[in-house]
Amino acid sequence: MNSFCLRGQRKLESVTGGGAWRSGLVAASTLSLVFSLPVCAQQADRVTPIVVQPGAPGQPTRTLPTTTRATLPPRSAADVQFMQGMIMHHAQAVEMTALIESHTENKNLRLLGARISHSQSEEIRFMKRWLEARGEPTEMSMPKMSGMDMPGMDMSTMNMKGPMLMPGMLTPKQMEALGKAKAAEFDRLFLTGMIQHHNGALIMVKDLFDTAGAGQDAVLFNFTTDIDSGQRAEIRIMQNMLREKPSEEKQ
Amino acid sequence: MNRVRIATFQLLVVLVVWCSCFAAKTLAQTSSPSPAPSATPAAPANPFAPQPAPPLPAGMTGSDVNDPRAKLSPGMYDAGEAAMGIKHLTLLKKPDAFELGSNDPNDPKVNKTLTTVLGVGDPSKMPNATKLVLAGLGFANSDIAFQGNHLFLGNFYGVNIYDISNPAKTSLLTSMICPGGQGDVSVYKNLMFMSVEMTNGRLDCGTGGFPPNPPPPAGQENKPNLPAAQKDRFRGVRIFDISDIRNPKQVAAVQTCRGSHTHTLVIDPNDKNNVYIYVSGTSFVRQSEELAGCSGGKPDTNPNTALFRIDIIKVPVAAPQNAAVVNSPRVFMDPRSGEIAGLMSGETHGTDKPTPTNQCHDITVYSAIGLAAGACSGNGILLDIKDPVHPKRVDAVNDPNYSYWHSASFSNDGTKVVFTDEWGGGLGARCRANDPNKWGADALFNLKDNKLSFASYYKMPAAQGDSENCVAHNGSLVPVPGRDIEVQAWYQGGISVMDFTDADHPVEIAYFDRGPIDPKTLVLGGDWSAYWYNGQIYASEIARGLDVFELTPTKDLTQNEIDAAKTIRMSEFNVQNQQKIVWPHKLVIAKAYVDQLERSQTLSADRITALRAAIQKGDTGNLKKMAPALEKDAASAKSVADSNRLKSLAEILKSPTK
Repeated sequence: MNSFCLRGQRKLESVTGGGAWRSGLVAASTLSLVFSLPVCAQQADRVTPIVVQPGAPGQPTRTLPTTTRATLPPRSAADVQFMQGMIMHHAQAVEMTALIESHTENKNLRLLGARISHSQSEEIRFMKRWLEARGEPTEMSMPKMSGMDMPGMDMSTMNMKGPMLMPGMLTPKQMEALGKAKAAEFDRLFLTGMIQHHNGALIMVKDLFDTAGAGQDAVLFNFTTDIDSGQRAEIRIMQNMLREKPSEEKQ
Repeated sequence: MNRVRIATFQLLVVLVVWCSCFAAKTLAQTSSPSPAPSATPAAPANPFAPQPAPPLPAGMTGSDVNDPRAKLSPGMYDAGEAAMGIKHLTLLKKPDAFELGSNDPNDPKVNKTLTTVLGVGDPSKMPNATKLVLAGLGFANSDIAFQGNHLFLGNFYGVNIYDISNPAKTSLLTSMICPGGQGDVSVYKNLMFMSVEMTNGRLDCGTGGFPPNPPPPAGQENKPNLPAAQKDRFRGVRIFDISDIRNPKQVAAVQTCRGSHTHTLVIDPNDKNNVYIYVSGTSFVRQSEELAGCSGGKPDTNPNTALFRIDIIKVPVAAPQNAAVVNSPRVFMDPRSGEIAGLMSGETHGTDKPTPTNQCHDITVYSAIGLAAGACSGNGILLDIKDPVHPKRVDAVNDPNYSYWHSASFSNDGTKVVFTDEWGGGLGARCRANDPNKWGADALFNLKDNKLSFASYYKMPAAQGDSENCVAHNGSLVPVPGRDIEVQAWYQGGISVMDFTDADHPVEIAYFDRGPIDPKTLVLGGDWSAYWYNGQIYASEIARGLDVFELTPTKDLTQNEIDAAKTIRMSEFNVQNQQKIVWPHKLVIAKAYVDQLERSQTLSADRITALRAAIQKGDTGNLKKMAPALEKDAASAKSVADSNRLKSLAEILKSPTK
């Protein structure tokens, strides 16, 4: 245990825990050592705080000037595009859940939809905040869309293909089919569509971390970890709902 | 802390936002030079404005708006404070080496949009709180470990080591820069362990992370910018030699597939040559090009997935450079079907997202009873760890009011477990008047014969503002004999000291709280961990620094009880490696028991008076004579706690030590 003492230290009086423990649980003999070992104490005189930076394993540690200030890795364009793309991606999920009330009476699906709507809306808000705080636009610029240099256009009327459809997003045709379906057919299309949609988010997260220099921002890292975990759980729930559906209908 | 969720957002607003984004592209771009035409200029939605809580679900009770902590004035270092039974001794602000410099392009001072959005006119006068909106988590203080008179404060950017030989005059010794988050830290003899999970972690502790590849040639912008694999990236557990506290030296860095969000030091009572580290990784699985053998995905398609397991590192104490992963047990496996994803319930409450049990968030081991309690995202689990390399799951629980199983601690006698629910991931306001007091709370379980059974919830009772991130977080036992007491951090909800001697009726006995860092914007802050160590309470304030407190007597906790707790001195303390507390047979301990027996009205006033007089006099012969009557009373005491107090008091009176 802690038998070493460092420079400038003195021994303190040790305190011995000698009492027998009353419960039936056996205290491991090693643990009583914890209370009977000498404690090292630094002398009261103050020392100037030191700033150090270790090297790789086995390498020496460097002492840095006391004036050292923190730095962060440079911001990654991929991070910004990820957030902008995910806002678009999430917005479609919210749009899909908005159909539920008028298209199905399935209670479980309504509960699921409310949860998805809530969490994806919350995340959209978070992503806007992240972008705003970094002075970045909340929408993706569209340099790749030749001949469509109209950033203010209404996307909903466009037959979008290619770069503006983030992975997993339903095509306009799929969205149209979902909007026309009712009851059990709506449920099926919603679940399969949302599984496709959520799987797309997982692909987006993977693509982000497969990009050199991306995902090094602490807040973004936490956020993407959360998306990855949450979407996986919801996919599993939706897969179970799809499987259980026939038996529910028999009842 | 595990996940990011900031505030509630209403469907309507989102739909409006979404539609108007594409219709007008003016939203929230007031300062952007975008040439977009604004056909229907809407008022810009301020994403920084806190959201009020949704209405309370039917049958639920919220937090107390009349508590003195509910409406404290805001401020970074001058916020209003409220305390009961706790005295604040000192705050050591985060060192400059852990704050951004003003020439860093990431420094919010150079970010005009931020100032415009937040209404700060002059960037040079931007308050620290605003800076933290951007940089907060990258430099967040995290968990704490103790050794002798040294306190090790983890940070996403490294570790700060403090001298606590005079707690009220705690001073900084060493700032060790080594980024990678979360910086969860443990110590054992001359070794310090540190968790790294983020992609900016470098083997050499460098701060620059990894650069992006050069821009792709024209026409190939859509191709992935590969490769991202980096041989110098580090995600896992670092090991430092701290023989020279002013010059920690990295001796090993054990890589894992998901990195290390938290870790737990495990000491095998039967193995003096090695210690073990349980690694909880919660993040994505990295590519095999970077670390051989790593692959993710669902277990039915990939039986080798790095999800659904914990990793165990064996550290030879005499040769820590040889530390390596020796096992990655499938602790969630269904023992009958053999299904790896055997515990994935996906249960959650309200409108919150479900969480899959494919990870543990934190594990607390209690080697004295051979058990570990794992807080594993969607479940709480109990592991038999008598063979530390091969933990076996012996029980698992779920709870309809739980969102994210975050951490756990045992009562000293091993008959109770306190789990925490980090609803909202720690970055959200979850203690508002309308947030249910069963959500984001502690859940107390009784533990008997390796079975957990639910007893009750405990949530820090005071309502907090909508700009204060608040939910149950890390705590430790306060070693008052005869009672189960935990001091616990609640982020910007402050510190709450809870008595859970009666698991069905936990009660708050002391607290400390500050007002929000900022009244208009949720700025990440508050207490990550609050731990008792050798007489004081130390708290890791995410944004503000390191706080030191002491308990002060109240009707719920007497000076004798505090003095009794102070007899327990540890030479080393890692909270998730729980140590059995054994109190000495001192008369100060006896005094604490007498106070408790008076409080519970177990003994008559006359007998209390007689006991106190005898203890004060200290005549051993006389004290011994009082023991048999107490032992007799123990048999008929109205509660197990009082029975145990009577027995323990009798033991001390029979043979008191100095």
